[in-house]
Amino acid sequence: MNFAFTEEQDQLRDAVRRFMETKSDEKEVRRLMETAEGYDPELWAQMANELGLQSLHIPEAYGGQGFTFIELGIVLEEMGRALLCSPYFSTVGLATNAILNAGTEEQKSALLPGIAAGETIAALAFTEPNGRWDASGITMEAKGSGDAVTLDGTKMYVIDGHIANTIVVVARQAGSSGEDGIGFYVVDGDAAGLTRTALTTMDQTRKQAKLEFAGVKATSLGDSDTGWTALSKTLDQAAVCLANEMVGGAQKVLEMSVEYAKVRVQFGRPIGSFQAIKHKCADMLLEVESAKSAAYYAAWAAAEDNDELPVVASLAKAYCSDAYFHATAENIQIHGGIGFTWEHPAHLYFKRAKSSEILLGDATYHRELLAQRIGI
Amino acid sequence: MDFIDSPTEAAFRTEIKDWLNENLKGDFAELGGRGGPADEHGWDIRIEWEKLLGKDRWLGLTWPVEYGGRNASFSEQIIFSEEYALANAPARVSFFGEGLFAPTLLAYGTDEQKRRFLPKIQSVEELWCQGYSEPDAGSDLANVKTKGALDGDQWVVNGQKVWTTLAHRAQWCFCITRTDPDSQGHQGLSYLLIPMDQPGVEVRPLVQMTGTAEFNEVFFADARTDATNVLGAVGDGWKVAMATLGFERGTAFLSQQLAFARELEEIIALAQANEVAADPVIRQELADSYVGVQIMKYNGLRMLTSLVKSGVLGPEASIGKLYWSNWHRTLGERAMRVMGSAATLIEPTKGDGPSIGQESGPRAYDLNELQRIFMFSRSETIYAGSSEIQRNIIGERVLGLPREPK
Ligand SMILES: Cc1cc2nc3c(=O)[nH]c(=O)nc-3n(C[C@H](O)[C@H](O)[C@H](O)COP(=O)(O)OP(=O)(O)OC[C@H]3O[C@@H](n4cnc5c(N)ncnc54)[C@H](O)[C@@H]3O)c2cc1C
Repeated sequence: MNFAFTEEQDQLRDAVRRFMETKSDEKEVRRLMETAEGYDPELWAQMANELGLQSLHIPEAYGGQGFTFIELGIVLEEMGRALLCSPYFSTVGLATNAILNAGTEEQKSALLPGIAAGETIAALAFTEPNGRWDASGITMEAKGSGDAVTLDGTKMYVIDGHIANTIVVVARQAGSSGEDGIGFYVVDGDAAGLTRTALTTMDQTRKQAKLEFAGVKATSLGDSDTGWTALSKTLDQAAVCLANEMVGGAQKVLEMSVEYAKVRVQFGRPIGSFQAIKHKCADMLLEVESAKSAAYYAAWAAAEDNDELPVVASLAKAYCSDAYFHATAENIQIHGGIGFTWEHPAHLYFKRAKSSEILLGDATYHRELLAQRIGI
Repeated sequence: MDFIDSPTEAAFRTEIKDWLNENLKGDFAELGGRGGPADEHGWDIRIEWEKLLGKDRWLGLTWPVEYGGRNASFSEQIIFSEEYALANAPARVSFFGEGLFAPTLLAYGTDEQKRRFLPKIQSVEELWCQGYSEPDAGSDLANVKTKGALDGDQWVVNGQKVWTTLAHRAQWCFCITRTDPDSQGHQGLSYLLIPMDQPGVEVRPLVQMTGTAEFNEVFFADARTDATNVLGAVGDGWKVAMATLGFERGTAFLSQQLAFARELEEIIALAQANEVAADPVIRQELADSYVGVQIMKYNGLRMLTSLVKSGVLGPEASIGKLYWSNWHRTLGERAMRVMGSAATLIEPTKGDGPSIGQESGPRAYDLNELQRIFMFSRSETIYAGSSEIQRNIIGERVLGLPREPK
């Protein structure tokens, strides 16, 4: 039994943190969040070339480094801490896992090396205007099979869908319902008949797009009708990734709160000496540490790819969503008026926490999923 | 990160599994996991069971081999707790002796003291109680007034302790006493070991809201103990007392997580049986409790791993106490919701109700398991450092926030 990171993993964290501190400071986050694309192509290339971040958990056979979800979790945690504006979560946390779970050998060999090399940005187009995260939310129909598929309909809330070179679309066979008939289809970002609209996002640090498909030609990824198992697993893995990302932001706002509570003086004493503030910070620490435990354990289960994954993925997503949001909300309260300003970074984390909470299903959704998964 | 047994750990798991298989029979098996806080059910059977555990050194698992222990690693402690809980073996009676006093003794005692006290804890001939709190010294423990004075080769103790759990069962008390009459606060305290069976010690039961009387008032009137029965240096009792609290707040509660998980399972089973499991709010609550109890385990494992790596149990252990006591309190409230109307009635007693509450409290106020959780958990955010005190500790010692002005 050992619940700790290895020395190599700690070194990876240090390296990524240093990288983020220089390349994604607050000024840079604010610059990128104002852009339509929402990321810096040069930095995307550096992430691949200098640190190999995009290739981390892709198997060596497909041009990757063959690390696990534990390393991926560490990287995402540091990105969440820095509020990095980047299509990393969409490309690596969502689309790559979908391709790994659903693609044939040939397709994986064709699609993954470009991602690993930092040449491809990929997105997973799953949710629709109904905004649901379960199987019956998928209504878009795919006609045809193999590499002669046609897609019609609308996908919404697609993270980084406006900039992706490769889009993995989830759709269903005509006439199917529920978990049956769901499949993955690959489409080029600039495919004919595809209209992409960048949406204005409440959390400006993570961009979303609306994708309208009008007779778009697509290729089926793996078996077109056994997709639910692969999709469900992809969503579990993505939930684990997101939980780890959220933990990074939560730790950061806890540090902001504690630092401020030590220096802000009112009534002749630091506000952190008042129990009302001190106890808030103590509760934040408890929740942030617990969120870490859940996220790290879930990363281990994802790395092992064991039977626990569905349960711990929902567990981690539920707990980390609540803990992150609570921490960012308390951070604003502890900062008082300054915490309510546009100028102060508190709101950036507050908004990221809310958008992450809703992404992939909120805490209520995942608690219900968990209840089903443990047989309640 | 690795949560799979190594070959040595697997062998250890087999050993305890086999032992439990062989020994957990008859009365012991029938008792199941009953007994424990606010439930003195089957006390004598539990004593007999504890003796079996002691004989085969499962009691004293972590002690050095030279003192009769197994020198068990943390992984082995976890495995033992898991298998013990899985087997649904009786609730332990030696918590104060094995869980709190023994680790303190091992850290601060002389070789002679260890050889005197550890074997009797293991043979379950001597149970211990914790004499810390007094009427004017609760959270503010340094305010203790019970006096200890040397008279020849003996200490003479005068004063009053309160809320002393199992004082009526214990042969010995580890007790914070003021041995320097001119001292104040943390100074001038000594950690005395006092035999309970003597004319100078009077134990009066206090009935709890559960109807049972596990805690007591203890009055010392010229109570005596040998001059050698002081743990650590005379006047240095605060340090020793705090070490005990470290054990209370840290590793000692790890096995509790498994008992909690079992309670939740029972509540889920009840919800399914009485069909409230379909209620979306109850589903949310049960799932949330599941999330909480799993994270309790993960937190514990993380804390123990860092303890093994760095060798000390830091103030982070305070997170554990605050966490589990709140979780359990909420579980109790949710259990009442799952029970519904039935929660409002006390079932007719099966004849072996509360042992002492029967005499002084309302007759046959025999709570069922879920009612007991509901009620007893109210004490858990109070004892062993209240939640407010835990938050102060976390805020000041872990996060480094300024102390409150006095
Ligand atoms: C079931 C049970 C078993 C026990 N067993 C034992 C035992 O075996 N041995 C033993 O020695 N003791 C035992 N205790 C006593 C326990 O340790 C004390 O009850 C505890 O330390 C609190 O002290 P108090 O009851 O005097 O409450 P107080 O200290 O008076 O606290 C009352 C309230 O004030 C709050 N408070 C106090 N100080 C502060 C502060 N600085 N900041 C914010 N809030 C504050 C507390 O959190 C609490 O909410 C037991 C208690 C219970 C309930």
